[in-house]
Amino acid sequence: MTPESEEELSAVLAERRDPVLIRGGGTRGIGMEASVLETGRLSGIELYEPGALTLVAGAGTPLAEIEKALADGNQRLAFEPMDHRGLLGSEGEPTIGGIVAANISGPRRIQVGACRDHLLGVRFVDGSGSIIKNGGRVMKNVTGYDLVKLMAGSWGTLGVLSQVSLKVLPESETEATLLLPCPDVATAISRMSAALGSPFEVTGAACAPREGTLTVMLRLEGFEESVAYRAQRLADQLGDVSLVSDRDESRRIWREIRDVSAFHGTTGDVWRISVKPGDAAEVSSRLEAEALSFDWGGGLIWALVGEGSDLRQRIGPISGHATLVRAPTDTRTRFGMFQPEPAPLVAISAGLRERFDPRGILNPGLMKTPAHA
Amino acid sequence: MDMPVANPAILARKAALVERLRAVLPEEALISDPAETRAYECDALTAYACPPMLAVLPGSTQEVSDILAICHEMGVPVVPRGSGTSLAGGALPTADCVILGVARMNDVLETDYDNRLIRVQTGRTNLSVTGAVEEKEFFYAPDPSSQLACAIAGNIAMNSGGAHCLKYGVTTNNLLGVTLVMMDGTVVEIGGGYLDSGGLDLLGVICGSEGQLGVVTEATLRILRKPEGARPVLMGFDSNEVAGACVSDIIQAGVLPVAIEFMDRPCIQACEAFAKAGYPMCEALLIVEVEGSEAEIDHQLGLITEIAQPHDPVELREAKDADEAGRIWLGRKSAFGAMGQINDYMCLDGTIPVSALPQVLRRIGEMSKEYGLDVANVFHAGDGNMHPLILFDANKPGDLDLCENFGADILKLCVDVGGCLTGEHGVGIEKRDLMLYQYAEADLEAQMRVKDVFDPSWLLNPAKVFPLSVSEARRGDLADVA
Ligand SMILES: Cc1cc2nc3c(=O)[nH]c(=O)nc-3n(C[C@H](O)[C@@H](O)[C@H](O)COP(=O)(O)OP(=O)(O)OC[C@H]3O[C@@H](n4cnc5c(N)ncnc54)[C@H](O)[C@@H]3O)c2cc1C
Ligand SMILES: Cc1cc2nc3c(=O)[nH]c(=O)nc-3n(C[C@H](O)[C@H](O)[C@H](O)COP(=O)(O)OP(=O)(O)OC[C@H]3O[C@@H](n4cnc5c(N)ncnc54)[C@H](O)[C@@H]3O)c2cc1C
Repeated sequence: MTPESEEELSAVLAERRDPVLIRGGGTRGIGMEASVLETGRLSGIELYEPGALTLVAGAGTPLAEIEKALADGNQRLAFEPMDHRGLLGSEGEPTIGGIVAANISGPRRIQVGACRDHLLGVRFVDGSGSIIKNGGRVMKNVTGYDLVKLMAGSWGTLGVLSQVSLKVLPESETEATLLLPCPDVATAISRMSAALGSPFEVTGAACAPREGTLTVMLRLEGFEESVAYRAQRLADQLGDVSLVSDRDESRRIWREIRDVSAFHGTTGDVWRISVKPGDAAEVSSRLEAEALSFDWGGGLIWALVGEGSDLRQRIGPISGHATLVRAPTDTRTRFGMFQPEPAPLVAISAGLRERFDPRGILNPGLMKTPAHA
Repeated sequence: MDMPVANPAILARKAALVERLRAVLPEEALISDPAETRAYECDALTAYACPPMLAVLPGSTQEVSDILAICHEMGVPVVPRGSGTSLAGGALPTADCVILGVARMNDVLETDYDNRLIRVQTGRTNLSVTGAVEEKEFFYAPDPSSQLACAIAGNIAMNSGGAHCLKYGVTTNNLLGVTLVMMDGTVVEIGGGYLDSGGLDLLGVICGSEGQLGVVTEATLRILRKPEGARPVLMGFDSNEVAGACVSDIIQAGVLPVAIEFMDRPCIQACEAFAKAGYPMCEALLIVEVEGSEAEIDHQLGLITEIAQPHDPVELREAKDADEAGRIWLGRKSAFGAMGQINDYMCLDGTIPVSALPQVLRRIGEMSKEYGLDVANVFHAGDGNMHPLILFDANKPGDLDLCENFGADILKLCVDVGGCLTGEHGVGIEKRDLMLYQYAEADLEAQMRVKDVFDPSWLLNPAKVFPLSVSEARRGDLADVA
C-alpha cells in the first residue's frame, strides 16, 4: 500500500480490517510482521517561510530533502534528529513523518527541546479513516487540546501522519567543543551539570571514552566572538580542558554522539535510557554494559550489552524509561521495546488507542505494556 | 454567551455533598455560604459571572483526590481554579458546580540545581517560582504578564506564554512532569526529572487541556541559569508594514532575540500618556531584547540596528544601561494598565504567520472604522501572537455585543490568513463558539475522544472549549449520573 494522497490514505484505512505496518523510511525499526503501508508518496515541501521560521511538508518527505532546503536558507531542524541507520544497520531514507512519529531528537534536545517541541501542527488519518488536523503553522497555538504532542512519539499507533509543520531555527555561524577528561562517570556528570547550569548556553553535553579516556564534551554555538568568549569563560570555570575550535571537526564530534557511532558495527543489544542526570552514574553502574555513551548532560544513557540481557531487571525501579533499540526479534518480543508503564497510564494509553484505532490495525503490538509486566 | 442551565437534580444534592466533603476536609477549606462563594463567580473575563454551588480549597493531593472521588460518585461537575486570571472564562463556574481552588497548595517541594528543576505545588504563583531559585541566579522562563498573580496550575492548564517565549518556549516546553488527579480520584504521576515520555506523550496533551482532563496538583518545572545580562533596543517606524518587514529580517538573519514586542500608534499614545516613557510618536514601535555578556549584547544589538537601517527607522534607541532599559520597557509593561485607564477593553490573542502582519493590521484598522470601536495593538511580534485591545464602554447598552462581534471578526481573520484563534490565553468560553471556524467536526471529535478517556462522565469543566452543540451528546450524560 502506497497511498498518493491523504484522501487515498483515508480510503485505504477506512476499508482495512487487517493490521498494517506503517513505514516511512524503514530506518528505525519496529520489527513486526504485517502488510506494509508506505508513506513515501505523501511527499514534498509544501511551504517554507524562512522569515517566519516555519516549514510544512508531506509526512513521507525524505529528511535529506528538508535538510537541503533548510541549509539553502541557512536554517536547520534545531532538535537535531539522529540517523539510526548506522546503529541498526538498516537501509532506506529517513522521512520527516518517521522522525515525528518516533519523536527523534539529538544532543541539542537539552537546550532547544525535542522534536515534539518543534512540531507546530499535524494532519493525520486515524485507524477508521477519519482525516484529522491539529495545531497549525504558527509558533503559538493553544486552540483546543494539543494532539500535536500526542501524535509526536506515538509511533504510528494513533494514526498515520500525512502532513507535519515544523518550527525551524537559524543555523549557527560557528561552533566549538570543549573536551574535558574525567576519572569516572560521577565526576563527568557533575562537570556537565556545572556547565549546563552556567549562563554560557551549552548546546551539547555528552560523555564517552575518547582515545581510551572518559571525556566530557561540551558544545557552544553562535556568533564567532560569542563562542570564543563563552569557551574561554567555561574553560576558566572547569579547568584542564582542550578546545576544538574548528567548526567541521566539532560538527563531526556531535554527529558521532548523535548517531552513537561508537556502537556501529558491534554485536549485542543496544538500550537507550532516559533518567534524571543525577541518577545516571548510579543507574549506569548497574547495567553490566560492554560500552556506555552519555548524552543530555547524563540524562540519556546509551548502553551496549550482551545479547538477551534484561536491562530493566538490572536497573530495577526507575524514574525514567529504558527502550530496547537494537536486538533480535525474539529478545524484543520477550522484553518489549518500550518501558512498561504503571497501570493507570496503561489504561489511559489503551483507551486512547482504542478510540483512535478501534479495529486495532495500526502497528498493533507496538508500544504495548506486556500483560505480565 | 450561553452556559448550560443548572441541573436541579444536582443542586438538590448540595446538603448531602456538603456533609460528605466535611468528612474529608478541614472546616475552613469548604465554602458553601452564598455570600462567600460569590468570590469565585468569575475570572478575569469579568463580563461573565455565576457563583458556584460550593467552593473547596484543598491543602493536599490526597484531599483533592477525596473531593473528586466524592463529586464523581455524586455526579457533580467540578471546575478547577488557580488564581482566576484567565482572560477566556476558563475558570467560570456553573451554578451547579464545585469550584476546586488550589491556591492553598503553594509549597516548593524540591529545588534541584544540579538537575535544573524545581518541583512545586501548583497553587504557587508563576513569579514566586522564579523567586524560589533566584538566590542561585536561576529562573523559570515562561513569564505571562500576569505572573505576579497567576498560578502554575492555570499556566499548565492554558499552556501560557509570555514576552520571552520566542527564545525559551511556552509552558509545555518547560514542563517536565505533573501529579494529576483524575475525576474518579485516581492519582497519576506523569513525567518527572527525566526527558521525554517512554510511552505516549500524555504530559503534552494534559498541558493546555484547560482543566478538562484532571486536576494538576504538583509540577516538575525546568529552571534555567540567568543570562549574564539583557538589554533592549527601541525602534520607531513610519508604518506597520515596514516594522513587520524588519521583524522578519531580524529573525532571518540568525539573531535570536529573547523578545520582539510590537506597539502601534494608538497603543504608543496611550502608553505615553499613562507612563511617560518618552516614546517617539510614530506608526509602529519595536522593542527588541537580546541577552548575553556586555560584548555579546553590543554585538547583537549592532547587528539588529544594521538590519533595521534600510527600513529607515524614525527612532533608534539602544539601551546603554539598566536604567535606560527600564525606561524602554516601562511603556510596554504598562500597556494594559494604560488601556484600562482610558476605557473598558477586550484583549484578544489570535496568532498569525509573521508574514501576514501588515495585511492583518491594515484590515483590523478598516474594521475598527466599520465597527466604530477603537483598537490598540500590542503584541509578541516574533511569534505572531497578536494582542488587539478593543476599547468599548461597558455601561453603554449594546457596546459589549458590538465589541464581541468585532473580536470574533478579528479572530476569524487570523484563521483566514493561516493562524489560530488563541496563542496563549486559551479557548474557555470566550472562543468556544468559534472553534468550528478553525476546526472541522472531525478535528473536535478527535479532541473530545481524549476527554472521553480521562473523564468519561464529562464532569470536569464541562461547558468549555467545545461548542455546546458539539459536546451536547456527551455532556447530556451529566444529568443521568448518580
Ligand atoms: C533483519 C531486520 C532486523 C531489524 N532489526 C531491527 C532492530 O534491531 N531494531 C529495530 O528497531 N528495528 C529493526 N528492524 C526493523 C526495520 O528497520 C524496518 O524495516 C521497520 O520495519 C520499519 O521502519 P520504519 O518505517 O518504521 O522507520 P521510520 O520510517 O523511521 O519510522 C519510525 C516509526 O514511525 C512510524 N511512522 C513512520 N512514518 C509514519 C507516518 N507518516 N505516520 C505515522 N507513523 C509513521 C513507523 O511505523 C515507526 O513506528 C529490523 C528489520 C529487519 C528486517
Ligand atoms: C493582566 C493580564 C495579563 C495576562 N497576560 C498573559 C500573558 O502574557 N500570557 C498568557 O499566556 N496569559 C496571560 N494572561 C492570562 C492568564 O493569566 C493565564 O491564562 C494564566 O495561566 C491563568 O492562570 P490562573 O492560575 O489565574 O488560572 P485560572 O484563571 O484560575 O484558570 C485557568 C484555567 O486553568 C484551569 N485550572 C486551574 N487550576 C487547575 C488545576 N489545578 N488543574 C487543572 N486545571 C486547572 C481552570 O479550570 C481554567 O480552565 C493574562 C491575564 C491578565 C488578567
